[in-house]
Amino acid sequence: MALSYLRSSSSRSANFLKPLSSAASLRRPISTDTTPITVETSVPFTSHQCEAPSRSVETNPSELLTFFRDMALMRRMEIAADSLYKAKLIRGFCHLYDGQEAVAVGMEAAITKKDCIITAYRDHCIFIGRGGTLLEVFAELMGRQAGCSKGKGGSMHFYKKDSNFYGGHGIVGAQVPLGCGLAFAQKYSKDETVTFALYGDGAANQGQLFEALNISALWDLPAILVCENNHYGMGTAEWRAAKSPAYYKRGDYVPGLKVDGMDALAVKQACKFAKEHALKNGPIILEMDTYRYHGHSMSDPGSTYRTRDEISGVRQERDPIERVRKLILSHDLATEKELKDIEKEVRKEVDDAIAQAKESPMPEPSELFSNVYAKSLGVESFGADRKEVRATLA
Amino acid sequence: MYAIARQRILGQSFQKMRPAVSVLRSYSSAAKQITVRDALNSALDEEMSADPKVFLMGEEVGEYQGAYKITKGLLEKYGPERVLDTPITEAGFTGIGVGAAYYGLKPVVEFMTFNFSMQAIDHIINSAAKSNYMSAGQISVPIVFRGPNGAAAGVGAQHSQCYASWYASCPGLKVLSPYNSEDARGLLKAAIRDPDPVVFLENELLYGESFPVSDEVLDSSFCIPIGKAKIEREGKDVTITAFSKMVGYALKAAEILEKDGIYAEVINLRSIRPLDRSTINTSVRKTNRLVTVEEGFPQHGVGAEICASVVEESFAYLDAPVERIAGADVPMPYAANLERMAVPQIEDIVRAAKRACYRSVPLAAAA
Repeated sequence: MALSYLRSSSSRSANFLKPLSSAASLRRPISTDTTPITVETSVPFTSHQCEAPSRSVETNPSELLTFFRDMALMRRMEIAADSLYKAKLIRGFCHLYDGQEAVAVGMEAAITKKDCIITAYRDHCIFIGRGGTLLEVFAELMGRQAGCSKGKGGSMHFYKKDSNFYGGHGIVGAQVPLGCGLAFAQKYSKDETVTFALYGDGAANQGQLFEALNISALWDLPAILVCENNHYGMGTAEWRAAKSPAYYKRGDYVPGLKVDGMDALAVKQACKFAKEHALKNGPIILEMDTYRYHGHSMSDPGSTYRTRDEISGVRQERDPIERVRKLILSHDLATEKELKDIEKEVRKEVDDAIAQAKESPMPEPSELFSNVYAKSLGVESFGADRKEVRATLA
Repeated sequence: MYAIARQRILGQSFQKMRPAVSVLRSYSSAAKQITVRDALNSALDEEMSADPKVFLMGEEVGEYQGAYKITKGLLEKYGPERVLDTPITEAGFTGIGVGAAYYGLKPVVEFMTFNFSMQAIDHIINSAAKSNYMSAGQISVPIVFRGPNGAAAGVGAQHSQCYASWYASCPGLKVLSPYNSEDARGLLKAAIRDPDPVVFLENELLYGESFPVSDEVLDSSFCIPIGKAKIEREGKDVTITAFSKMVGYALKAAEILEKDGIYAEVINLRSIRPLDRSTINTSVRKTNRLVTVEEGFPQHGVGAEICASVVEESFAYLDAPVERIAGADVPMPYAANLERMAVPQIEDIVRAAKRACYRSVPLAAAA
C-alpha cells in the first residue's frame, strides 16, 4: 500500500524533496503560510453615499496562491469549454467568464458558504468558487448524468444549494429580485448572513432591479447587488444602453462602491466591506469594473463591436491572473517555475475532468419526467405522442 | 320614499319572524355557514400559526386588512415581519417571494387580481415553475400565488381576464380554483403545505357568499387533496364540468334540466392542474355526453383540454359531440348588457346540455 501511495503521489514526493535541493530558500510551504502581507489595490475605491474602505488589503501567501490556482483553474476550464463547444459536445448557449475570474475568487475570500450567491447565465466560475467540481461542470455542459443538474439544466442552470449557490438564471435581471428574496429569507431566519446578487451592465437597466432595490432598502434587507460591468450587454456598449453608466450610483438612496474587478484583492476588500454594511444598514451596490475576453456567448465572436486592440490591451494591462502572478513573484512567495507547475497541474485536472465527463452517460429516458414537481401526487405526464409515451410522475 | 319605508317595515316584520324559523333549521342541521372570505382567512390564519415559515406578502394585505379583506386581522395577530405590505411593484415583490421560497420559507403572495400577475409572470413561470426541474430537484419552490381571478362586475377589459388556462398549461405549476367555502379552506391549506409553486385562483364575487361547512371542514387539520375533482351532483344523462363561480351556475342549470328529465352530473374540478382526467372520463363513460363550462376565453381554454382528453380517452363512449361553454371571444365590455353576453349564463349551460342530449334547440344560423 505504501508503495502505491508513493507511486501515485510522485509529484507530491518531488515537492517534498525540492526545498532541500533548492538550498536557497527555507520558506514554509506557501500553501499554508498565513503570514500577513498588506497590498494596495490597483486603484482607490470610488464611493457613493458611503465612505470607501481603505486601499490597503490584508492578505497572505496562502491566499494569494489560492487566488492564483483557482483563477488559473477557472481560466483553463472556460477555454476548454470553448473547444468543447466548437467540437459540438456542448450545445445551445455557452457564456464564458474568462477575464472576470477575480470577481468570483475575491468574493469567496470575503464570505462564507452560508452567505448566498445568485447570478445570471455566466455562471460556470461562480459555481466552481462555491465548491462545485470540474466534473459537474463539464458533465452538465455536455448534458450528462454526472452534471450538477444531472444534465437537465445546461450551461445557464448550475445550482449548488448545499453551499448556498442559487443559480444560474437565463432571464436577464430576474436573478436580482430573487437575490433580494434570499436576503429577505436570511433576515427572516435571523441567520446573520448576506446575499450577493450578480448582474451585468446590460441587466442594470431592468425595471425589476429597481423594484427589488426599493423593497430591499425599505425593509433593510442584507442584499448586496453586484454589477459585473464588463462594458458590453451582448453587442451593445454600455454608453449605448445606459444614460448613466455609473452603475454604482444608480441606487440613488442606496450606497455604492466602484471596484477594480480585475483585482482580486480589491474585490475581496469591497465584498468584506459590503457584507458588514448590509448586515447593519441594508442594501449596497458594488460595481465591478471587469472585462470578458470572449464574446457574449459562443455564438458571438466578440469582435464586431469591440476592437481586437481593446481586447488584447486589457489582457496585457489588467489580466487578473497576471496581476496575482506578479504579486506572488514580487513578494518572492514562489518561483516562476512553481507557478507554471501549478498551471500545468490545473490543465491536467481540467483534461481529466473532461475525460471523465465524456464517460458519463446521457440521462435515462425516464428522466424526462423526473423533478417536474417536488411532490408529484401520482400525476400523469405525456410525451410528444401521448398515446405512445406517458408516465406517472414519481 | 314610501317604497323604501315599506321595504323597511316588511324587513323588520320578516326579521321578527325569522328567529323561529332559524331555530327550527338549527335543530335539523348542525352545519355552520361561513363565507368564502372567512374560509380563506381562517385557512391563512391556521397555516401561519402552524408553520412559522409561512408569511404573507402583497399590496394592502396588512394595514388595509386586504383589498378584499381576505387577510383581515392577520397583521395584528402575526406582526409586520410576517404580513408584509408591498409597493405596487409586482415583478419586484414576486421575484422576492420566489427567492425567499428558494431559501426555504413559505411565502403566500397575493395579487390584487390575477390581471396584475402578468407583470410578474416571468417569475411565476421561469423562476418558480421550472426551477425544480432545471436543478434536478435541488431547488424546490414552496410558494403560493393567490388572488381573485376572472370576471368581477363592471370592471372592464383589463381587470376581468381568467388566467386558469395560461397557468395550467405550464408543467411545474399546480393550479387550483375553489368554488365554495369547503374548497376555499381545504385547497388553500393544501396549497400552503405543498412544496411546489401553486397558483390559487379565487373569485371576487364568491368572497361574500356563504356555504355550509361541517365540523371536519372547520378543523385546523382539514385539507383537500390536490388533483382530485369533486362530483357536486350525481347524474346519468350528461356530464357538466366547471370550476369556481361556474360550479354554482352549473348546479342551477342541473336543477332546471331535471325538470325536463335530464339528470346532469356536475363536476367541480377544484384542481385545474393536475386535471382529474380520471374522474371526468369515468363520468363521461357513464353519461356519454359532455359540456365543459368556464368563464375564460374559449380558445385554448380549460374546456378545450377537457374535450380533447375525453375524445382521446373515451371516444367510444361519446353519444354526442362535446360541448364547450366559455366566456365570449372578446375583451370584456363595460356596458351591462354586453357584459352579460360576454360571460356564460345559466341558460347557456342548459342549452348546451340539451344539445348534447339531442333534445332541442334549433341552432342559430351560421354567419
